[in-house]
Amino acid sequence: MAKVPVQFMLNGSEKAEFVESGTTLLNALRDKIGDTSPKGGCHQGTCGACSVIIDGELRLSCLTLAETCIGADIKTTAGLAEGGVLHPLQRAFLDAFATQCGFCTPGMIMAAKVLLDRTPNPSREDVVEALSGNICRCTGYEPIIQAVLLAARANSQNAA
Amino acid sequence: MELRKDYFADVRKDGLHEIGQPRPRLDSPGHVTGKTAYFADRNFPGMLHLKMVRSPHHHARIRSIDTSEAEKHPGVVKILTAKDVPHNVYTILILIQIGPEDETVLADGKVRWKGEAVVAVLAETERAAQEAAAKVKVDYEVLPAVFDMEEALKPGAPLVNEYHGQNYYLYDSGECRKVRFGDVEAGFAGADHILEQSYQSSPIEHAPTETTGCVVVPESNDRFTCYTNTQAMFFTLDNASIILQMPGSKLHFVGGTVGGGFGGKVDVIVEPIAILAAKLTGRPVCFIYSREEEMQISSPRAAEKVVIKDGVMKDGRIVARKVTGYTDAGAYSRHSPYGAQKGAAHYPGPYTIPNVWIDTYCVYTNRTPSSAMRGFGVTIGDFALEVQMDKLARLIGMDPLEFRFINAYRDGDMKAHRQPTEGAALIECMQEASRAANWPVAEKYMAMSSYRKEA
Repeated sequence: MAKVPVQFMLNGSEKAEFVESGTTLLNALRDKIGDTSPKGGCHQGTCGACSVIIDGELRLSCLTLAETCIGADIKTTAGLAEGGVLHPLQRAFLDAFATQCGFCTPGMIMAAKVLLDRTPNPSREDVVEALSGNICRCTGYEPIIQAVLLAARANSQNAA
Repeated sequence: MELRKDYFADVRKDGLHEIGQPRPRLDSPGHVTGKTAYFADRNFPGMLHLKMVRSPHHHARIRSIDTSEAEKHPGVVKILTAKDVPHNVYTILILIQIGPEDETVLADGKVRWKGEAVVAVLAETERAAQEAAAKVKVDYEVLPAVFDMEEALKPGAPLVNEYHGQNYYLYDSGECRKVRFGDVEAGFAGADHILEQSYQSSPIEHAPTETTGCVVVPESNDRFTCYTNTQAMFFTLDNASIILQMPGSKLHFVGGTVGGGFGGKVDVIVEPIAILAAKLTGRPVCFIYSREEEMQISSPRAAEKVVIKDGVMKDGRIVARKVTGYTDAGAYSRHSPYGAQKGAAHYPGPYTIPNVWIDTYCVYTNRTPSSAMRGFGVTIGDFALEVQMDKLARLIGMDPLEFRFINAYRDGDMKAHRQPTEGAALIECMQEASRAANWPVAEKYMAMSSYRKEA
């Protein structure tokens, strides 16, 4: 199988790998680069556990070919904490009891981050819409929605 | 909702200072940073991928298996069939003496449900394993299948599982689990009304976000480390030990991190074959269900049928209850004989009824084997019982909540399966529900207590 070189920024660091043509970004990140924070729940674009941010856009890494990401700026939940200090969304997910098994959590946090980056003071409806592509089977969603609203409030207080 | 500390205040020793207070979960920091290590987050050099060839038929005899084309597929390392498994016929609950062994790790001569594992293919990549699995040729003679529990119990129905010899689990009490309490026929004879209803449910898939799987690594000294998302570590270790005929000291299980289970990961399915594959190839092996396999292959909650016949008085007392429960185990036992048995103890519901008769059957059909799921054995029963309670209340023109107060079990009452009631709180829960739902009941019910009988 033909190998293709891919090179992109991952959480601020430059990464370069050879992958088989057709390799998904999810598999490249997890198996080649060693960032296992995006999870493979369905490998068919329905569960959202593999969500990452590519050039500021929320993307499903299981449906994104690694070779289409050359030169991209990719962010994952593993790179969210800065200098050991949790991102407000991570803090809020902890405080609001928004994780149970934790498998959907990295994808949820990615989806929520894209929302808050664009809409710092979202309504509950905005949050529900933003998380609608991410499946959680444990929490019933309510603690997750509350966590995102909590993070938004914490952000606006910090900004004030 | 307000936390009520006045309930049971005179008998409770604690101060209820934990409930209602936020407590951080120990595992949350790993979850929010992506550092929690699920089994599939472990990657080892030279790791092989296992894919199953599965039965396309509900019931069939295997005439022959031809793996020659698959073996030639680039990247294929090893192909396993039934003859490679040291102790191929097993059953999970044999550890607690619930036999006979009735299920094959890899099908041997027969398949009994659509999706049953027949041949395991090991290859360098998941894709190569998948492609090679498609090249395995299995010649089947299709047999008549049965999908309905009542059909399966009829004389002349196709025999699903030869290890049982009949299409139901044979308990020490006979063809079903039985509870006999009082005289149910005398109860019906004296009742003002009789209501008999039938309730049915379909199988339900747990659909965890993380699919079932494991990663096995051969270590030095012939030991194997198995990273798994099982919900049943020691069941899995002990069953793997039996299936592989390998002492437990050779097996090191690492788990406890489960990406959603809900009972769907208590069966011992992926680990033994993956350990065997690691042993026979000397290489790390990953066996993980695809989403399709998780939905179609993993055990669902059993389909159930519950027939309830009640005798009730105009004043609201239930005087007789007869329940026949059917649990669809699918083709193999797994945890279903236990679930059906649990139902037998549970079917009177949280109510004190003087005359009770219960039969619960664990039935074999050619459907996907069912197993544990959140309260299995009682969840569907509760649905049926509470719908029945509403129907009974309507029948005698009584408020459905007051009707439940009249029949609620209370401390000291003998349950039908001869366990005295202790620590009941149904009445207090219903009192609080009455307030919270703004569904008032007569004052005498609000004055009742689970542990103090009124004078």
